[in-house]
Amino acid sequence: MTPFTYARPADPAAAIRASADASQARYLGGGTNLVDLMRERVERPKTLLDVTRFSHAIEARADGGLMIGAAATNTAVAADRTVRERFPLLSRAILAGASGQIRNMATMAGNILQRTRCTYFYDEASRCNKREPGTGCDAIDGINRIHAILGASPSCVATHPSDMCVALAALDAIVHVEGPDGARSIPLVELHRLPGGHPDIDTVLRPHELITAVELPALPFARRAAYRKVRDRASYAFALVSVAAMLDVDGGRVRDVRIALGGVAHKPWRAFAAEAALRGQPATEASFAEAAAAELAEAAGLRDNAFKIELARRVIVATLYDLAGDAA
Amino acid sequence: MTSIQEAAQTLLKTAIGMVPARWLPGGTPDPLMHKHGLIGAPVSRLDGPLKVQGRARFAAEVPMEGLTYAALLHSSIARGRIAAIDTSAAEAAPGVVFVMTHRNAPRLSPPVLMNSKPKAAGTSNLPVMQDAEIHWNGQPIAVLLADTQEQADHAVSLIRVRYESATAITDFEASKGTTRVPRDILGEPPSVEKGDAEGALKQAAFQVDATYRTPFQNHNAIELHAATLAWDGDNLTIHDATQMVTHVGWTMAQIFGIREDQVRIMSPYVGGGFGGKSLWDHQIVAAAASRVSGRPVRMVLSREGVFRSVGGRTTTEQRVALGARSDGKLTALIHTGTAAMTTHNDCPEQFTFPARHLYSADDIRIAQRIADMNIVANTFMRAPGESIGTFALECAMDELAEAMNIDPIELRRRNEPAKDPTSGNEFSSRNLMEAYTRGAERFGWDKRSATPGARQEGEWHIGMGVATATYPYYRMPGGSVRIRLTADGRAIVSTAVHEMGMGTATVQAQHAAERLGLPMDQVLFEYGDTALPDGSMAGGSSQTVSVAAGIIAAHDALKTALLKLAGNDSPLAGLKADAVEARDGGLACRKDPSKQESYVSILRRAGREEISAEASAAPPLEAQKFSMHSYGAQFCEVRVSAITGEVRVSRFLGSFDCGRILNAKTAASQFRGGIIMGLGLALMEETQRDPRSGRIMNPSLAEYHVPVHMDVPEIDVIWTDIPDPHSPLGARGIGEIGITGVGAAVANAVYNATGKRVRSLPITLDKLL
Repeated sequence: MTPFTYARPADPAAAIRASADASQARYLGGGTNLVDLMRERVERPKTLLDVTRFSHAIEARADGGLMIGAAATNTAVAADRTVRERFPLLSRAILAGASGQIRNMATMAGNILQRTRCTYFYDEASRCNKREPGTGCDAIDGINRIHAILGASPSCVATHPSDMCVALAALDAIVHVEGPDGARSIPLVELHRLPGGHPDIDTVLRPHELITAVELPALPFARRAAYRKVRDRASYAFALVSVAAMLDVDGGRVRDVRIALGGVAHKPWRAFAAEAALRGQPATEASFAEAAAAELAEAAGLRDNAFKIELARRVIVATLYDLAGDAA
Repeated sequence: MTSIQEAAQTLLKTAIGMVPARWLPGGTPDPLMHKHGLIGAPVSRLDGPLKVQGRARFAAEVPMEGLTYAALLHSSIARGRIAAIDTSAAEAAPGVVFVMTHRNAPRLSPPVLMNSKPKAAGTSNLPVMQDAEIHWNGQPIAVLLADTQEQADHAVSLIRVRYESATAITDFEASKGTTRVPRDILGEPPSVEKGDAEGALKQAAFQVDATYRTPFQNHNAIELHAATLAWDGDNLTIHDATQMVTHVGWTMAQIFGIREDQVRIMSPYVGGGFGGKSLWDHQIVAAAASRVSGRPVRMVLSREGVFRSVGGRTTTEQRVALGARSDGKLTALIHTGTAAMTTHNDCPEQFTFPARHLYSADDIRIAQRIADMNIVANTFMRAPGESIGTFALECAMDELAEAMNIDPIELRRRNEPAKDPTSGNEFSSRNLMEAYTRGAERFGWDKRSATPGARQEGEWHIGMGVATATYPYYRMPGGSVRIRLTADGRAIVSTAVHEMGMGTATVQAQHAAERLGLPMDQVLFEYGDTALPDGSMAGGSSQTVSVAAGIIAAHDALKTALLKLAGNDSPLAGLKADAVEARDGGLACRKDPSKQESYVSILRRAGREEISAEASAAPPLEAQKFSMHSYGAQFCEVRVSAITGEVRVSRFLGSFDCGRILNAKTAASQFRGGIIMGLGLALMEETQRDPRSGRIMNPSLAEYHVPVHMDVPEIDVIWTDIPDPHSPLGARGIGEIGITGVGAAVANAVYNATGKRVRSLPITLDKLL
């Protein structure tokens, strides 16, 4: 680990000032990913600004929405009664990830900003455009069983590893940030980037911007939700494919639906095409299959990961089918 | 010459005059073989309280004055040479004490390969940090010492290396183009031909001929490899994490050109060995750096360091072909294949061993080859060979049973041999079918549908599979045991063996107490220190019987010495050692127990503080005379998702035939642990080595999957407990057999659930979509 200085600013404004003043500063949440990456020398910040004492409040809104402080731990959010009542999808997705110990430490914002598990990204001896821009990508023709089938580029085929973010994408979460130029809010589905020619840049956050809260707008049918994660062992493994879904069925037809996928792309993947294909259609397996096909039309496999296309199709259909069954 | 070959030579010597071991024909049977008292009792591990309280001190925890902390730099190419290495920035970094590379390392002899000499521990015979040559991606090329571990870890990253790469063989598929036949496989011939198996296969009424693939797997004991060491002049002390203290000590002495008695190795607790805790580069370079720098060194490999510098179970491709008559009797058994190895080690992965003795096929063909690769030296990993050999063989048996519409257990019953089909030797004790019968009844095997895919609950297909487990009986030659009796009636039993969590110290204390006629709390079992009499290594599931044989030999010598000391004034006067047995803290005449005297009385009358006897066991001739193996029947029930291909093991039962079980509690844990490791082998363990670079890409427990709690169902274990009349205490080793057969039992259950044969491990969900 490269030596660094550690500081604990008093409030977000002080943290943002400190970040702007320091060179190569990073905000530190639970450290469950950043500190690992520092040990691996993938991340070499010179300053760590501990933001874990900022807001961890989970505030229920009268309109049915929710505001979650960026420092709330994953465990606290998953266990929160209001979260479980209004947005059970979020609780389930969080509990599908990592381990109890890690969830106890990991924060809301830290989870959102965790970096890919691409093994070439982690290995200093390998070429990686995300770790060292312009060096190339050893994953594209290498061992790429866990890599992206959607939205990849010739520069990068990495995936975003978060479970929680798949739920947030489906829930239309809004990420509140503060920065040197003031506060703004960004829909979660627009926060993470596709790799394009700059896979080194994971998100649209500007320099020194700090995530302060995550807002979940009210969603009346959010209680009919499922998170299905497929992985190589029963627990403590990243998703090969995961599906977050919420379904609103009326008279046998899909009135509304939210679907997001994990483990398939450089970002938590909101399945807009599948949703559009489903609205107004009969809540049948055939409709679900058509929706899945629409979403995966552009999917492309590499040497080891082509199975994910079929796997994603099956899990989308099965998850929606189960939800429709619940509705009937 | 291997240790086993040496043992064979000793057989000749014995035939011309030495007294045979008591468990050979003609010997007096060991009275303890059938005695139920402490032996067999479910005694809790003596080291348990120390471990749960954190008071058991492991190699990485030993304090030393002026300690430095080591970090390794690993090569990032697979073959070539170091053209330039710049350590200046590292040397200037805070806290750095010393940086050692091939340019400034002291001259060292290469390690002597394990099995090539009685006390050799080397896992590779490459010179260690002596030249610029690179032999595998991950080879340690520099070691750095600093005042703290953090300083060392950072500073080592500042070393800059320029390589000249050479063409390397890093792709197993490509390496198969040029293979060779190994000289021997652990002393056994690499090939066996009995009749014309290929011809018989062609003629057979039923045939199975399939190729099975198993990946490289890495050692992942909870305790990272570690050594804390210091020099005092030419004397070297190492607190090591090892399963072979005597062997590491001897080999380090050869490497550093000092006498064996100038090296002391201590390893009282080892947090898991499984074959991986032997002698690797890290101990050698740590000792070398300590010698040059004059500072004590703590070397703890990172998890990545273990992946890069410690070998594991090697890659194989195996062919199993079976031919059978319409009554199910095998006419042809062919097991051939190739294992990846290197030119600098000798670990050919004995995957054909099970096929040499399991079935009474008329014609048998066995042949193993080696594909040399530029990889870290592969090594022994829990049931090397048998674990993956049984995967291929026992899947093939299941395929044949399916093709013939015979129950898989019945097919095995019809091919149960009367004697060893390749060596022709009698079996010492073989109760495999009894293990099957008991296991089948308890598991509910009769509820299995022979039709694949017949059982389904929701999206989950449910299937059952079975496979034979087997592991050879080994008893290591060499090593000795000392028993000291003190005037206050205690016994101290000493030999430099190992406790890696198996229960060694507990079981041997049980044994020694029973043999000496003392309560367990009066017996201290000392081990894990080269200051004690030489011990055998903890390998090949051999340690328990090796130590037991040593205790028996030392006890014989002790009885003779005690009778001599007792003299003519004792009730025992005139009795020979054979005529007395231990009883109630002393010796008694076997035929007339009223003639007895306590140890305390004998010592007091002689005015002695203690009496001591040390002896080595007779060579392991029983394994030459008999075909000696442990057996088991592994029963598995799986659930496979029709949607995702996810496999969940829902029930497992292992029914074992391993001779006499010496401690029901530690044995159950050993069996269960082996089965759990087998579930990992079956379903998830795989080293991802990039075929282009030879670099291991998943050197972490996040990406290299082993089973977590949720992957492990309740595991039922039972055993026959039938003593082997030809082994010490009637026991055979149990540390490794648990993993054997598990891969096949799972694969066969998956087939029964889904109708899909997966012949390539691990059985990941993509193979079932």
